[in-house]
Amino acid sequence: MTIDGQTVEIENERNVLELIRKAGIVLPTFCYHSELSIHGGCRMCIVEDDRGSLIPSCSEEPRNGMIIHTNTRRVRRYRRNILELLLANHSRDCTICFNSGNCRLQELARSFNISSIRFMNTAHSPHMDHSSKCISKDPNRCILCGDCVRICNEVQNVGAIDFAHRGSDMHISTPFGVPLAESVCVGCGQCAAVCPTGAIIVKNDINKVWRALDNQETFVTVQVAPAVRVALGQEFGLGDGENSIGYIVAALHRLGFDKVFDTSTSADLTVIEESREFVQRLQSWHDMPLFTSCCPAWINYVEKHYPEIMPHVSTCRSPMQMFASVLADEYRKVPGKRHVHVAIMPCTAKKFEAARDEFVTDGQPNVDFVLTTQELVQMIRQSGILWEDLEPEGVDNPFSVYTGAAVIFGVTGGVTEAVLRELADDHGPTALKKLAFVGVRGQDGLKETKITVGGKELSIAVVSGLGNASALIEDLKSGVRKYHFVEVMACPGGCVCGAGQPVVPLSHRAARGKGLYSADLLTSIKRSEDNPLMATLYDGLLKGRNHDLLHVHYPGHKGHHNHAA
Amino acid sequence: MNQIFDPIELDEIVKSQSTDPSAVISVLQTIQEKYRYIPREVFRPLSLKMGISEARIYSVVTFYENFSLDPKGHFVIKICDGTACHVRKSMPNLERLRKELDLPEGKVTKDDLSFSVETVSCLGACGLAPVLTVNDKVYPAMTPDKVSDLVAKLKEELANETH
Repeated sequence: MTIDGQTVEIENERNVLELIRKAGIVLPTFCYHSELSIHGGCRMCIVEDDRGSLIPSCSEEPRNGMIIHTNTRRVRRYRRNILELLLANHSRDCTICFNSGNCRLQELARSFNISSIRFMNTAHSPHMDHSSKCISKDPNRCILCGDCVRICNEVQNVGAIDFAHRGSDMHISTPFGVPLAESVCVGCGQCAAVCPTGAIIVKNDINKVWRALDNQETFVTVQVAPAVRVALGQEFGLGDGENSIGYIVAALHRLGFDKVFDTSTSADLTVIEESREFVQRLQSWHDMPLFTSCCPAWINYVEKHYPEIMPHVSTCRSPMQMFASVLADEYRKVPGKRHVHVAIMPCTAKKFEAARDEFVTDGQPNVDFVLTTQELVQMIRQSGILWEDLEPEGVDNPFSVYTGAAVIFGVTGGVTEAVLRELADDHGPTALKKLAFVGVRGQDGLKETKITVGGKELSIAVVSGLGNASALIEDLKSGVRKYHFVEVMACPGGCVCGAGQPVVPLSHRAARGKGLYSADLLTSIKRSEDNPLMATLYDGLLKGRNHDLLHVHYPGHKGHHNHAA
Repeated sequence: MNQIFDPIELDEIVKSQSTDPSAVISVLQTIQEKYRYIPREVFRPLSLKMGISEARIYSVVTFYENFSLDPKGHFVIKICDGTACHVRKSMPNLERLRKELDLPEGKVTKDDLSFSVETVSCLGACGLAPVLTVNDKVYPAMTPDKVSDLVAKLKEELANETH
């Protein structure tokens, strides 16, 4: 077919839009995402064919001999008109919008040089929804592209929101308009990541952290999750997936944090605890397969959608909470300044996890505040610290050592690989390296592998994306699949693609996983158990208390006693 | 007045229907036929049975004017206000009906769930204009006086039923 005079070969493109992109032309879109179903709602991608018909290219199948014009006077005029109509009912207070500068509507309005809107704003300004700990929903900024609806339904299989009512009354809503916090929303934040405007945004807790840092009476510690280091740098001109942990630590020190730690350290604890729990469950064969428990959106998903699965979920706290328990024990039991703990996470659901009753000790949450990677970017910018002038620094004692097994926790398959390193019969470097090739790495939504440990063949599955998790649970129930161990991360691709990370196209996110594997190569110790700090902790602070401090019984676990020592 | 919600009965309705997600409209219609509205309680079982989210069901229910989330009266009176009925004076019928039933404009259903009154755009019976229906029984060529007689008759019927 012909696009703007160029002949383009039709291969397997699902629509004319993809072909146009192949021809080197990027049409503006709001509602089109290659990983989601085709909606055809925003109409921005209209093109003209040789008969003068205007067609939305996303909803048109490519046919032999088609002649398409993407940039005629008529198309430009219509596209501009459509954009103006989209802007008509949009709250245009860009300067106070969290997504300002990161908004496709703003970007297009600028590139179309729109300086006035001819149409009246007839929006009904329904109420904002601030009920969720993770995200806020502002219907005044919504352009009804439906991206959030489709990612929630199709990718995450959560189905918390959908279009409601019709015509000028249409808006995105939970059933009966209940607040998000009371809906089946799990807080994964993927809707916010995909929203082209600022209609769904991640909750911002920066000011609370500034207050804690300003307060002379507080001792503020911070932990940084593995996935943060391979995404934050993108905002400061580093390449996709480049590891910036040294700069992050330096920036956090400059911001005034008293001690900076790396969540990788406590991920080593998680590997050890989870491996032990797995071996014990394997021996006594109760509640198998074992599901991982690091991902808070996954925990929410189990509680709200598959409560019957909860006994299968490991009782291990997430690495963030394991660290928080240890730090609370270290710093809150001694007289002195009030200890405040902050966690920098790639994740929106961690904000919910931090507030859970299970993780509150003596009225104070073990993690006082969770900031996303994007919020840390904002803090650095607010402070005026020049990224280029930072000198990389290391994390602080006494919790400074971590292994390669822990660093890869942030990518799908990483937790599994870390546990396999722990359980492997052969601890030699070659054998450990080989584990990279057993099928746990890569961006696929479902990865399966079999590995022999202690003469027993184990079936393992790694899923990312809650839709994939739900399909797997259904298969387990019907007996189609059988596993011993299942790793689940709610966000497709794992934590590196979390909704708290800077938003970049899907194709750029794969590099983040690679960045973590490179970070693993840089570490000297590959197995969590070989981390010398672990021995110190188990003989000291954790002695006889590892169960109390490192495990958790969610309400769904009740009635099932735990076998992990 | 048959408004007490019976979960077992609902379960039977849901079970008797197709589980194909594309059948959701006809399932909802069956439910509405039974209860004269879509009770909130059906959302969860329906969602589990059909494999679609409650949000999607809510989306369908709120999209179509014909579905109601509010309980309807024992008698649902639909006054046609399509072009044909309108020019043949359907509005005086509506006014009389509201007056007889003491239903102010904007209120659809009596608090005691005895009557609901709504207007519809066309019942497809223009030859019988002006027309109204009571629980799908058609009353043709209505006048305000005929409306008064009808309401009296329905009220009597209602009184007999409750005794």
